[in-house]
Amino acid sequence: MTDRVADLVIIGAGPAGMAAACEARSLGLSVLLLDEQVTIGGQIYRSIESAPTDRRTILGQDYAAGQRLVAEFRASGAQYLGGATVWKVSLDGTVDYVANGKAAKAAGKHILIASGAMERPFPIPGWTLPGVMGAGAGQILLKSAGALPTNPIVLAGCGPLLYLLASQYLRAGAKIAALVDTTAPSAYLRAIRYLPAALKGWRDLGKGVKLLTVLRRQAVPVFSGASGLQIEGEKQVEGVTFTHRRKRVQLPASLVLLHQGVVPNTQLSWSIGAEHRWSADQLCWQPVTDAWGRLGETSIYVAGDSRAIVGAQASAVQGRLAALAIGQRLGAATSIARRSNPLLRELKRHTHIRPFLDALYRPNNENRIPESDNVMVCRCEEVTSGQIRHYVQLGCLGPNQTKAFGRCGMGPCQGRFCGLTVTEMIAQARGVEPSDIGYYRIRPPIKPITLGELGG
Amino acid sequence: MTTEPLFVLPRTSESEAVTITFEGRALRVPAGISVAAALLAAGVRDFRSSVVGRAPRAPYCMMGVCFECLVEIDDVPARQSCLIEVRDGMQVRRQIGAAELNGGTSERSHD
Repeated sequence: MTDRVADLVIIGAGPAGMAAACEARSLGLSVLLLDEQVTIGGQIYRSIESAPTDRRTILGQDYAAGQRLVAEFRASGAQYLGGATVWKVSLDGTVDYVANGKAAKAAGKHILIASGAMERPFPIPGWTLPGVMGAGAGQILLKSAGALPTNPIVLAGCGPLLYLLASQYLRAGAKIAALVDTTAPSAYLRAIRYLPAALKGWRDLGKGVKLLTVLRRQAVPVFSGASGLQIEGEKQVEGVTFTHRRKRVQLPASLVLLHQGVVPNTQLSWSIGAEHRWSADQLCWQPVTDAWGRLGETSIYVAGDSRAIVGAQASAVQGRLAALAIGQRLGAATSIARRSNPLLRELKRHTHIRPFLDALYRPNNENRIPESDNVMVCRCEEVTSGQIRHYVQLGCLGPNQTKAFGRCGMGPCQGRFCGLTVTEMIAQARGVEPSDIGYYRIRPPIKPITLGELGG
Repeated sequence: MTTEPLFVLPRTSESEAVTITFEGRALRVPAGISVAAALLAAGVRDFRSSVVGRAPRAPYCMMGVCFECLVEIDDVPARQSCLIEVRDGMQVRRQIGAAELNGGTSERSHD
């Protein structure tokens, strides 16, 4: 039974999904937007409607800017359903989801996947210990609950989010014991050739410089070019160790936030059998789409970070562009050039800085492909790096076979947290490219659902 | 294991708080936050034990991706505590090992 019908069903209430909904509504299309979170905004604008003023000030202007988009979305006339977990998307336009403990179906003439990004796994020794979280997780706790670390914390890894969170914590009065930056000295050389293009995105570049200044002014110890990062502890985090300027450094910590960039959440696009390519620049899988985000000859589109990492503003523009293309296909818009041309220019402006960021914050091999054999790769089924290398010795050719060899990727997260690591580990062990290795075959239900919910 | 909290929450008025229990202990927590956030701020360090090695685990991603924050809520096992809001009277327990199909958790042998 189909419970809801719309011209366009959107999955994900972040910048891409909300902007797409607004644009589609302006063309007169009926829109249903489903999101797994209880509140609107995705992760980037998480809890934007309920965050008190002081919290919005702490989080900064880029966060507060989400209010405009949410207000536009609320006024758009799109149907919105939060707390809805999508577990299946079909090529015929049906979307299966669970909300309020009950399974339901929506039918769309078109579907837009705007499922956003997730933090890249950071498989190093000790990363499964309680007290180790993603920097994104720390930021979500701040956005959604106003939660701040009790003790001085250690932030470790690389990428803009790590520095952004550090500055937000400082603004909120939280203490940072150290920022351990794993960006290798060679990364600056690699990035410099993209600097001229990045300068066109000078506003974004300026934000980065400002963040560094904030840290320096507050005298936060920054260990640049750190390598050999490990988490110490038996039952919970007790500290971190790393190599800095050829010396081994040990710092005590009860909370360590790790980060080395974000990657597209591609679970849905894989699950419908869409073609994906390995991005050597962003070191992740990206669904293959046309310029508007359409997956092959299907009626399914992808926009925002679930297509390739572009950031919040570019994601919103991509959402609008996808909605325009869908509107044209449905006959709601005859010529979309007048509306799409300025959007295409805006998209360019927001993505000038991307190649520079990708080159500068390319996570180190040692933090993506564990060198030692004792690192937990599959957190759910507890399969280690050594075991995966052993499977390859025994003849395991790709991620799907690791499931047969040792249940790797078969836990409740369904390979989300080990998929990229497994692909890259097998590629390295076999001396081939990740694109030759491929990914897990992702099948619905793409989130675990209970029989009770299905029957409910 | 309940110990010094890793996170502190802003003060909330009594009218905006709800009571949940964790392993039978009553906790007054702000309404509208996730179960995971509430437990972290209450000093809960380990939320579950891993399925194979029985190692302690706690939330990692806070956005529904990693499944490290699984707990038993109102007798339903394997709930993602980062995706569920606290509700007055909610009973939360650790998830020990694997979830059973018929509810609850049990020891699972891997010999």
